[in-house]
Amino acid sequence: MPLHTLNIALADDDEDDRMLFKEAIDEIKIKTNLSLFNNGEELMEYLSMPELVLPQIVFLDLNMPIKNGMQCLHEIRNNPCLKELLVAIYSTSSSEADIEETFINGANIYINKPNSFGALKKAIDKVLQLNWQYHTSALNRDNFLLRI
Amino acid sequence: MRIYLKFDFNTICKTVIQEQLNTLGMDYTIHGVGEVEFRRQPTQEEEQRMEDMLGNYGIEIMDDHQIALVQRVKDTVTEWILDEELPKRYNFSTYLSDKLNYTYTYLSSIFSEATYSSIENFVILKKIDIAKNLISQNNSTLTEIAYKLNYSSVAHLSAQFKKTTGLTPSSFQKIIKKRKERSFTKE
Repeated sequence: MPLHTLNIALADDDEDDRMLFKEAIDEIKIKTNLSLFNNGEELMEYLSMPELVLPQIVFLDLNMPIKNGMQCLHEIRNNPCLKELLVAIYSTSSSEADIEETFINGANIYINKPNSFGALKKAIDKVLQLNWQYHTSALNRDNFLLRI
Repeated sequence: MRIYLKFDFNTICKTVIQEQLNTLGMDYTIHGVGEVEFRRQPTQEEEQRMEDMLGNYGIEIMDDHQIALVQRVKDTVTEWILDEELPKRYNFSTYLSDKLNYTYTYLSSIFSEATYSSIENFVILKKIDIAKNLISQNNSTLTEIAYKLNYSSVAHLSAQFKKTTGLTPSSFQKIIKKRKERSFTKE
């Protein structure tokens, strides 16, 4: 089926970050449906809803209360129903060890939270463009790694 | 025990399409991947059966000209990249417009409108995708990969790889290797 809209989910406990993300995504040309969650547990509950139209991509903050981004990543990668889901880690940590660990655990994208709105918009735009291609072209998803 | 497989999607698709259309007794010619021409207009019933039979293999008949054209651009670009001789003789824009019979300007605008990025970007993305496959299979050197994909040098390949993925080829390789090891120990 041709793709018309990208369904996106974001889990981040920081309200300002969620709002900024929403504003940035609204200004991007690609059509999107964004669902926002306050923490990993809310997101995972949402993803387990029966008959849910799964998002094409989820953005996970690493440090969240109740269930953090790494725990979500583990659950997503160990659930056969969520195998196709692309996972973007969206975090302030720029430690090489953290970044490598998330990729090895199955994350597709690692974004260092940019410190300006312009840079955030640019980063999201790049991620979504690439997602669009991955969802509509014969590209190998097992090798989909991107660091911004 | 585990074995690793490599696929040639073009051959697989072509074979499946041939098998299915032969079963239906259609008179057809396959033009590259993604376009089949029939000697006579298929009846509605035949179209329905083709749709069902090909649908079982995840192959869809497209009725939208724009989407079909974008798909053909992607297939043609892939064919151009994978061929050893073509990239030396034509640049991809000439090859595309000759092969698909539209001006490059027209193809570019249709492509950008439908995919939010340019054909040039897709060419790079596809080349890097192939490079990633080769790197993760672990049996080609970067020099061989650069040669195969028509980069002027390893430095040029590495730079484009870094720009496209944010990772160097060696850190990419390390991550993929560790991922495979981890999924071994998990099972």
